[in-house]
Amino acid sequence: MRLFDRTAQADARREAMTAPPLAAALPRRSAWPLALAVLLLLAAVLLGAAVGPAGIPLDAVVRIIVSRISGADLASSLPQQWQDIVWEIRLPRVILAGLVGASLALAGATYQAIFRNPLADPYLIGVAAGAGLGAAIAVVAGWDFTFYQMSPLTVLTFAGALSAAGVSYLLARVGRTVPVTTLLLAGVAIGSLASSATSYLIISSGDKGLEIYSWILGGFNDSSWDSMWLLVPYLLPAAVLVLAHGRILNVMQLDEEQAQQLGVNVERVKLLLIGVATLATAAAVSVAGVIGFVGLIVPHVVRLAWGPDHRQLLPLSMVLGAVFLILADVPARTIDAPSEIPVGIITALCGTPFFLFLLRLRQRAVF
Amino acid sequence: MLEIRGLTLSYGQRVALRDVSLSLAGGELLGVVGPNASGKSSLIRAITNVVTPRRGEVRLDGSPVRGLSQRELALRVAVVPQNPWLPDAFTALEVVLMGRTPHLGLLQSEGRADWAAVRRALEETDAWELVDRRIGELSGGERQRVVVARALAQEAPLLLLDEPTAHLDVGHQAAVLGLVQRLCRSNGADGRPRAVLAVVHDLTLAAQYCDRLAMLSEGRLVAQGSPHEVLSPQVLSSVYRTEVSVFTHPLTGRPVVTPAVNGAARSGRPLHGRRTR
Repeated sequence: MRLFDRTAQADARREAMTAPPLAAALPRRSAWPLALAVLLLLAAVLLGAAVGPAGIPLDAVVRIIVSRISGADLASSLPQQWQDIVWEIRLPRVILAGLVGASLALAGATYQAIFRNPLADPYLIGVAAGAGLGAAIAVVAGWDFTFYQMSPLTVLTFAGALSAAGVSYLLARVGRTVPVTTLLLAGVAIGSLASSATSYLIISSGDKGLEIYSWILGGFNDSSWDSMWLLVPYLLPAAVLVLAHGRILNVMQLDEEQAQQLGVNVERVKLLLIGVATLATAAAVSVAGVIGFVGLIVPHVVRLAWGPDHRQLLPLSMVLGAVFLILADVPARTIDAPSEIPVGIITALCGTPFFLFLLRLRQRAVF
Repeated sequence: MLEIRGLTLSYGQRVALRDVSLSLAGGELLGVVGPNASGKSSLIRAITNVVTPRRGEVRLDGSPVRGLSQRELALRVAVVPQNPWLPDAFTALEVVLMGRTPHLGLLQSEGRADWAAVRRALEETDAWELVDRRIGELSGGERQRVVVARALAQEAPLLLLDEPTAHLDVGHQAAVLGLVQRLCRSNGADGRPRAVLAVVHDLTLAAQYCDRLAMLSEGRLVAQGSPHEVLSPQVLSSVYRTEVSVFTHPLTGRPVVTPAVNGAARSGRPLHGRRTR
């Protein structure tokens, strides 16, 4: 007994599909977008290292970088000053911007997936406000210590970011579960609490207020090769764990009950991935301040361009997040040189029109 | 295959199930019927460990579900939820593939066995023409077929369906229930006959397709047995608090239930008081 109407079209389709593998009917998940993104990343790194007030020619930049990495003697004829500028000043800054961009975009994509909410960004559960409060306290208190070679500002922002997220998570717990809506609301509440405390510290501390504010706006003006070691230990495990969950995150785009009934341990995945994404965000914020927009927009751009499959969305978001922030940092440090424009202003200023353009271009469901 | 003993379940103060005991063997199609809020969906949530019962237990092939991990459970029970949320941007094939989740490790991608299971599921539900369509473009009936295909791709010996015919027209209702009936007459992936438990709102439909019915009312199991035993005018009028007429279908011999319109007026309880959806 055949109960569904079988049309001639369906028959033809079945025949066409039983012969070649059925996988051919899946939306194409090819390697070229990632390859292209990695090429873009290399180009962005090169551009970032080549642009600046010193006017070093591109071929000299390439020779300096290649000789440093490979040990080959290609750059000895170039002035030592050029070598220092490229290798000790520009490149660490470019790499740090890339790592921060990758962390924020990865965390944003993870949060959007777990919260199933297109408005989610890495600062959703109070990380930014907590970090801001930590920074404000560090500046106002004016402590002078180093903790494993980290400044009070770094330590306190990291601690502030993690405490705010941790408190939100604990507040949102209902028995054994953490409903995402409750977590979101708890994050917003903790966030506004911390923000109001920060605002008070800013307006009540005179000149130091400006210092706090400019830190919060974010930037890479004191980056060095050492500062990336503040980030890599968090970004690396976050990247490995989140990317490994790509298929699971696709399943979690159904509601949580369906995901559970398909065998996903929803609460464990939520705790694990929110945990590592928050750690990476806190680390990024503690080295570069609260840079907005990257974590929200980059995953959306990837989704608009290549669809919702997280196995592709997550790695692409990471690489393009790095590209975006490296490129945004170039005008931030050159337009008004020698002073700097906070990079968060550039990300919003340049990212928004591009995003709106994409949004108008592709008028279909993407989330 | 499925054994439920003394199951009591509550959400806060509201008791959803009281001391329900049921069992289901392979090859059987059990229809769970009852008024709104009688605990039908709670039964499915308790079997799939989404909620923790206050008392009693659910066993699958002898092992209590409380002791099973989410993944082990998904290998034994597949669910077709009522009105499931599906993300519009995914294609039907991607959603059917999600049925393979419990069979795959974290870093594993779909292999030959998974594609074979998906192919069989698409075959059984005749969902081939939908594979490359986006969920957002599908009609209600088509989405339902995709979700049933996803549950079949899961290759679990027990299949639970929560109102699979809600919001479907009569043609699609017949198609879905006919499919369900066929499923429990054919063997599952492990070579054993599948067991199917379906929550069905429409009493007449349930009676035509199910071998056995269980009637829930206010969380209690009030009747269990053949369609004729469960759908007696006495049981129905007390459970639904309205008078009904039960006929015998001239072709199938199964009961047909209609409200007794005049009787309902006489009993002083207007139909819309406890009407089924």
